Amino acid sequence: MLKRLRDPWPDHRAERTLGAVSLLVGAAVVAMVAFVGVHAWPIFQHNGLSWLGPGGSIETEIANMGSSSQHPPASVYHLRAWPLVYGTLITTAIAVALGLVIAVFSSIFIVELAPARLRKVAIPVIRLLASVPSVIYGLIGILVLVPFVGNHIITAQQKASVQNVVELTGAGLAVTVVILTVMITPIMIALICEAFVSVPRSWREGAIALGVNPVRAVLAVTVRAARPAIVAAAVLATARALGEAIMISMVSGSRSFAPRPGDGITFFFEPLRTLASAIVDYHEGVSAPALGSALYAFAFLLLFSAFVLSVAGYLIKLPLRKYGVRG
Amino acid sequence: MATGPGRRSSLRSWRWSDRLALAFAWAAGLGLCAIATAIVVYMGYRGVQYLRPSLLFSRPSVSTTQSGSGGFLDPLLGTALLTLIGVVLAVPLAVGSAIWIAEYGQGGRGREYLARTVESSIEVVAGTPDIVIAIFGLAIFQLSLFAPLSFTASGGGVFGKSFIAAGAMMSLIALPPLFTATRDGLQAVPAHMREAAFALGKTRIATIRRVLLPSVRSNIAAGVTLGVSRIIGDTAIVVLLLGETLRFETQGGVPGLSMLRGTGSTLTSYVYDNSPAGEGAAPQKAYAAAVVLMVFVLALNLIVDRMGQSRGHATGLTAAGPVV
Repeated sequence: MLKRLRDPWPDHRAERTLGAVSLLVGAAVVAMVAFVGVHAWPIFQHNGLSWLGPGGSIETEIANMGSSSQHPPASVYHLRAWPLVYGTLITTAIAVALGLVIAVFSSIFIVELAPARLRKVAIPVIRLLASVPSVIYGLIGILVLVPFVGNHIITAQQKASVQNVVELTGAGLAVTVVILTVMITPIMIALICEAFVSVPRSWREGAIALGVNPVRAVLAVTVRAARPAIVAAAVLATARALGEAIMISMVSGSRSFAPRPGDGITFFFEPLRTLASAIVDYHEGVSAPALGSALYAFAFLLLFSAFVLSVAGYLIKLPLRKYGVRG
Repeated sequence: MATGPGRRSSLRSWRWSDRLALAFAWAAGLGLCAIATAIVVYMGYRGVQYLRPSLLFSRPSVSTTQSGSGGFLDPLLGTALLTLIGVVLAVPLAVGSAIWIAEYGQGGRGREYLARTVESSIEVVAGTPDIVIAIFGLAIFQLSLFAPLSFTASGGGVFGKSFIAAGAMMSLIALPPLFTATRDGLQAVPAHMREAAFALGKTRIATIRRVLLPSVRSNIAAGVTLGVSRIIGDTAIVVLLLGETLRFETQGGVPGLSMLRGTGSTLTSYVYDNSPAGEGAAPQKAYAAAVVLMVFVLALNLIVDRMGQSRGHATGLTAAGPVV
């Protein structure tokens, strides 16, 4: 057999083998969507699309599902997962908005304003922040930030004002959003820096020659020219933020509660749960049919939103293509 | 105004919004450096406080006291085993697909269409959250078809959680960086090398084996390092697919296969379990394991840095970085 390996290989057979390998990889993706969809179907079948809506308490619904038998009646499949969807939406939206602003200004700093020595330090720093595992972010969050927020920032009146509904322990929206922003900003900085560097110098120098000060020149010329890359960075960061499960499960307080903006500042300290962190929190019950379907439904929603994101990113970049440097 | 050739205009002549933008840019850049320094310093401080060499070499054991509960040798070995399985499964798939797409993917409408489909599906995998990949792994490995790959309960339910299951999903995680690195490396090989080989009468597959693959060795190495750093840092797949037993629990009698079919833990799931979010209330052990994890990640980061430098890139952030 070794001799067969050492002899020259026939070309068409090698091509077909390699083609089969590639198709296997492609088939894995199709299988992923198919399996998750098939397992998620019972929830859609029993609830229609209203399982995304509000009403009822998720904790009781899931407890119901977890304690049911192998062939549960249809009422057990009742699910109204709006608090989870809402939690996912607000954490992602706030983190991406904050992160995009910070990323654009940090990229301006790295590419234009930083002295050479500081730039040599900043680039490994960004790469380090991007490669720290999410469980370590969660550990620092739950052992350092959560007690700090719980003991020093949340006042006793705030705790008393919501104590009939929910308990404020410091683990909640604020800490989640802060850590999520730190996690997704390096991704955006990398893409935006690459785009800034590829904008021709002469464009910016032309603006400066016309008397514009350097910062305004960067904002008016380089940032505008790099808009497709900024959109791409935002899409990538949103996909990352949507799928973050472990860190959020550690610092968000893990209560399926929809934080109420009407509470004022307390809104930022209320606990929440996202779709991804719900999958991690309830994963032990996946063999119960109803609970398993619910978890697969959450995963299907995440898959679907990742797909919608990449289509949306493509559509947003389309009109920008004529102005931008990088598509 | 103090302007002249080579002189920056004085700050006093700027608008307020521009001064604000300047201040904010400096604050953002320095703030991120400060956060990274704080993370490293704090983990170092906790590491010096809690990490003992005995923790690295003793196996975890169940006990009610901290001093009796042992170290994390099993999670450490679990990380190594899982990374090995993931890389061993990912390298043939990724390199094979990259070769097919770069070398055989041109020519003919049908073949181009297939090549673009495979590339898009790998991008879909790259963009999928790891929790979705983990739950897909559960869906697959709980089919009775795959019962021999894990534990089967007495009621007939397939457990679906084992090193093989987790390793297979880890290979899906490591596949996109490896594929992209290999494909870019192959596309960067100049055409005259291939043409010289063809002119000498070599078949396409022989050119690939003898000429192209050796020249993309460094790309493959960079891709493998990226994949390894993704595998080591991943927690969701481990928590869902590895059974989270503190020590290695083997299944069945065959020596090597029993460990692959069995359950265990890795550094990441050990940190998760010992933090207040998991069952344990042992933050000291969690910090110690987290420090070891950070050291591995930093070391991999440095290796990728060195590899990226030798190939050169505009800012060095995307070429070989774990970022994109």
